[in-house]
Amino acid sequence: MTANARIERLAKDASGAAEPPEMTAAETVLARASGAARVEPGEYVVAKIDAMMMHDIFAADVLGMLERAGIERLHDPGRATVVFDHMVPAPSVAAAEHQAKARRLVRRYGIEAFFEIGRGICHQVMVEEGRVRPGDLVVGTDSHSTTYGALGAAGCGIGSSEMAYALATGELWFKVPETVLVALEGRLAPSVAAKDLVLFLVREIGSSEAQYRSIEHGGSGADSLSLAERMTIANMGVEMGAKFSLFPAAGAATARDGARYAATHHVDLSALSPQVAVPHHVENVVDVGEVAGLHLDQVFLGSCTNGRIEDLREAARILRGRRIASGLRMIVTPASSTVYRQAAEEGVLTELSAAGAIIEGPGCGPCFGGHLGLLAPGERCLGTHNRNFRGRMGSPEGEVYLGSPATAAASALAGVIADPRELAVSDTRQEVTR
Amino acid sequence: MTSTPPEMTRLRGRAWLFGPDISTDMLSPGQYVHDPPEIRLRHVLEPARPEFASQVRPGDILVAGANFGCGSSRESAPQHLKDLGVALVVADSLARIFARNAIALGLPALSCPGVSATVHDHEVVEVDIVAGEVVVGEGRAHLRADRIPEQMLDVLSHGGIEPLLVALAARAR
Ligand code: SF4
Repeated sequence: MTANARIERLAKDASGAAEPPEMTAAETVLARASGAARVEPGEYVVAKIDAMMMHDIFAADVLGMLERAGIERLHDPGRATVVFDHMVPAPSVAAAEHQAKARRLVRRYGIEAFFEIGRGICHQVMVEEGRVRPGDLVVGTDSHSTTYGALGAAGCGIGSSEMAYALATGELWFKVPETVLVALEGRLAPSVAAKDLVLFLVREIGSSEAQYRSIEHGGSGADSLSLAERMTIANMGVEMGAKFSLFPAAGAATARDGARYAATHHVDLSALSPQVAVPHHVENVVDVGEVAGLHLDQVFLGSCTNGRIEDLREAARILRGRRIASGLRMIVTPASSTVYRQAAEEGVLTELSAAGAIIEGPGCGPCFGGHLGLLAPGERCLGTHNRNFRGRMGSPEGEVYLGSPATAAASALAGVIADPRELAVSDTRQEVTR
Repeated sequence: MTSTPPEMTRLRGRAWLFGPDISTDMLSPGQYVHDPPEIRLRHVLEPARPEFASQVRPGDILVAGANFGCGSSRESAPQHLKDLGVALVVADSLARIFARNAIALGLPALSCPGVSATVHDHEVVEVDIVAGEVVVGEGRAHLRADRIPEQMLDVLSHGGIEPLLVALAARAR
């Protein structure tokens, strides 16, 4: 809104003329997608879907349902994307069969945007391949489809039947959500990451306040965050029960002056410290100091939350020229083939490997306990992923802690949960004495 | 407008009462996902009411507290209830993905604040799913449920998304 328009509005407000409030980011996307001038929270709309994403776990179910129902063609195959990322490369005959079926159906329905095993984690691939654009309405057969909010797209997870319907008709019904505003100020301190911010938000907001609602990130602090950081934050919006987690598209921010919010949370980024979610719920978030010193068996660096080049670089910065603790294993899973190659070219993979980490192929890996790094009963892991429910990474008697890439790397060095800021301090001390 | 047949709009059945925060893990326990369907059905809601799966009868109505169906996006959660013959779920509130998945599978699900505090276990409940009227215990109490939006009623009237797609496909031919 220009200064003039703002003054005009203030004048109008002062004269008592009631004007409807501006729309929030979620309302703006849903209004556009449903062809309405404006929408109100609580209203149901039928909206056109701009992008639809399926991964290897559900693609065969969704497309198989369409085939059974006798649907000959998709409404628009160009809007569909299929990514094989969860059980890759196939760890069992059952998974291989499931994937073979999905490949056949992908061809049958003419889906050209099909990304084979090794291309990367679905949400990362969608963004890298430009399958999502700012302002889009996106659905995925994966609950972390909120990640697209980083680009200003409204993304949410849906079930397989609804995906089949969306593919056949190009549209789906939505309830317009209320919006919770997160107003960010300041900048993150060194060794404090976007992951610490989102864990802090889960701690603050919990998993009931944002249920059915959209989270909108604004304020001057939001402008200081990179795309990678925004993806980390939007990704875990679903851990608060949110339908969308949005950073409004560039240029849209001022349009929302006066938008109505169901609640507002102010966060000073500079005051944040490293956060860790402790078993067995993501809401159980504490300052890293409260759990520092706990023995670890495994450290996992990866997932759609924190497997990007920025995350791998951050870990390499800490591990460079050092060895991870003996008796501890560290698993690194780059989020995509692009990240993998970039990390290789920059020497990041060499540094991580030299420090004692194993580098897995791009994909979901151990994140959801599918394969490639499960826990035995009694084992404890700190990972950079997004969920620590009982049994999420293998044995229900295993324990999963969640933290930032810096916390993961510092902990891998120490063999126990460690505060990455203390490592930074001792680094400087070393330099001073040298 | 929707073509909801009249027999769909009023459902009457015996209530099974559950508390708040019934999760998809209780509805469809992860540890049995690889077992055959008849085994999986035996464990539905076991942690909350172990007798439920063996004693529920077709046409029974599930009444629950807030946040029913919270947790993962697995469609097996409403599918299991449907397979056991549950005719309807009415809860103080429903988790977002569960509500959508239930309707997608043709299982009516309504949120009706206060319903779990009003209904007694095994009492008769009658629900008009279009009007959103809930009649408890032969008229002992009347409650208002949130109306199911028209698009979802259309899905329900077809018995779920798959039959709706079959109808769409037939129309396209
Ligand atoms: S990395 Fe983990 S959270 Fe992300 S899509 Fe894969 S399994 Fe899901």
